[in-house]
Amino acid sequence: MLHKVALEALLFCVFMLLPFSTALAGETASPSMLSDTCLGCHGPGGISDGPATPTISGMSEVYIIAAMLAYKYDNDEDKVEAIIEADPDLEDVEFFARTSTVMDRIAKGYSEAEIKVIAKHFASLPFVAAEQDVNKKQAKAGAEIHENHCEKCHENGGSSAEDDAGVLAGQWIPYLEYTMADFESGDRAMPKKMKKQMKDAHAAYGDNSVADLIQFYAGQK
Amino acid sequence: MSKLTRRNFLKAAGSTFALGSAGLGFPHIVGAAKKKVVVIGGGVGGTIAAKYIAKADSSIQVTLVEAKPYHHTCFMSNEVIGGDRDLSTIKFGYDKLASHGINVVQDKAVMVDPVAHKVKTADGTTLGYDRLIMSPGIALKWETIEGYDEAAAEAMPHAWIAGHQTALLRKQLEAMDDGGLVVLAPPGNPFRCPPGPYERAAQIAHYFKHHKPKSKILILDAKDKFSKQGLFTQGYKKVYGDMIEWVPGADTGGGVKAVDAKAMTVSTDFDDHKVSVANIIPAQKAAQIAHDADLTDDSGWCPVDLGTFESKKHKDIHIIGDAGIISGLPKSGYAASTEAKVCASAVVHHLHEKEPGVNSYANACYSIIAPDYGISVVAVYKLGEDRAKIKKVGGGLTPSDATPEALKREVHYAYSWFNNMTAEMFG
Repeated sequence: MLHKVALEALLFCVFMLLPFSTALAGETASPSMLSDTCLGCHGPGGISDGPATPTISGMSEVYIIAAMLAYKYDNDEDKVEAIIEADPDLEDVEFFARTSTVMDRIAKGYSEAEIKVIAKHFASLPFVAAEQDVNKKQAKAGAEIHENHCEKCHENGGSSAEDDAGVLAGQWIPYLEYTMADFESGDRAMPKKMKKQMKDAHAAYGDNSVADLIQFYAGQK
Repeated sequence: MSKLTRRNFLKAAGSTFALGSAGLGFPHIVGAAKKKVVVIGGGVGGTIAAKYIAKADSSIQVTLVEAKPYHHTCFMSNEVIGGDRDLSTIKFGYDKLASHGINVVQDKAVMVDPVAHKVKTADGTTLGYDRLIMSPGIALKWETIEGYDEAAAEAMPHAWIAGHQTALLRKQLEAMDDGGLVVLAPPGNPFRCPPGPYERAAQIAHYFKHHKPKSKILILDAKDKFSKQGLFTQGYKKVYGDMIEWVPGADTGGGVKAVDAKAMTVSTDFDDHKVSVANIIPAQKAAQIAHDADLTDDSGWCPVDLGTFESKKHKDIHIIGDAGIISGLPKSGYAASTEAKVCASAVVHHLHEKEPGVNSYANACYSIIAPDYGISVVAVYKLGEDRAKIKKVGGGLTPSDATPEALKREVHYAYSWFNNMTAEMFG
């Protein structure tokens, strides 16, 4: 235990000294100054009142960074990969193309350094599940599909925010619907594992599998 | 020894940083007399500034002064006019602000004494302040249109300050016969909510399309161009054919110059129009109290420092929202919300005798052309180095080739914007 504390303290010192640690540079706005401008759409404390904008607090840092970089560079994979390559901070970030309505325009207003500050900020805040009605029968069917095809990466019923897995549990239904529609149309790229699992889920559970999954996630607290 | 992974590394660093990002991370001012901030105006700017100051430092005594017991938002009021939304859905009270430690005084602020640092309200109460934030909104320049005044606005509503006027315009549209003419008269720049009149034309057309399809909407503009013009023009044509006609300032001689509210006529330099319904939106200036407090210049608006929103005329008074001259930012609700956050940070820093940090500003503005057709303009801004302008560093409009699905989603995101903005204000 003592070792762990000492290690974390050491890591913190190292982090402070890194030249790319822009959170401390004089030229960058504070985490709250940068992030508070997002809340008019994403809700007080990053917890969305819905109906469609997602809650972004409690998402993983790498998830937010990956999304913002894809938006900022209009899904230019080479460009984003080059940025990830050049920045040791972004080692865990993976590029996946994704579509949006306004976020691709907004992301262009932020530097990579600012995106990192914003991502760290929202990742440090708690996720609060949306209060919404779900179809219980569908949610029950969705629970089984989740257990067999999704739980491995979207742990704890889709509530975990690890690496590139977005928080699904307790997100607003329209947001989940848009996201799944984009995955299915190809507007948003799926990781290989997900592609296979989605295909298998379709085969095993039929055409309603995605709708059932959405009801399951929407009802999670 | 625990495994050294990237994730642990970030967690270790993150937990330490979390301290600095909770609010502004200021300790209470110990031993000193309680610092006092008075906020005038319970709209976007006032409510959010009050909440963010209270959140950053609960030892600061925050008082919000607002004359009305509730607020009707201007945003989404066009949907009330179009008939898709009830007026009650844009009405909000201030009852939750007390739980944030804000003292809400329901009274009209009638006098500001910048030297004595005092605000007087209509019932005679005097409120002292260390810092005053004013977000008083707009006043209408009735005198710019001959024959138009508060009484005439009952026959020809402006509906530019939401509430009674919004309901009035809706009622007149419901009462008019199919085949009638509606004239909509937007003012010249600058004015509150630049895309507002053009969204309103679309919302009225949406109502007519389903209920009074032979009616027409004529926009007699004071200007030769307007906000999101390309997208509106495209949307009008696609959804409403030629129901909406826009006449630029060059062809109206600078817009509507006179009205006769009894005869229901609207006149430009070139034409007189007999109308069924007239929506006259006059030119605007900062609300009266800003003039009375000597905070305005010849333009009728309030000059401020763009980094702190402190008045250039009187120290320790900050002006945000539509009343300010905020070069670079539009007079929009979302801009006011980020002005409020920047201002709150500046005020708290000043009260702690610290220099405020680097600022960030944003705008996100949706217009709903039809229930499945939304458009937007968004932008991120920074303070220019010479503080003379707030500079756009990114953003843009809905692309003109956006898919129907994207336009539909923009409507849902507009509703989310509304819910979250009002949660920021009143929640």
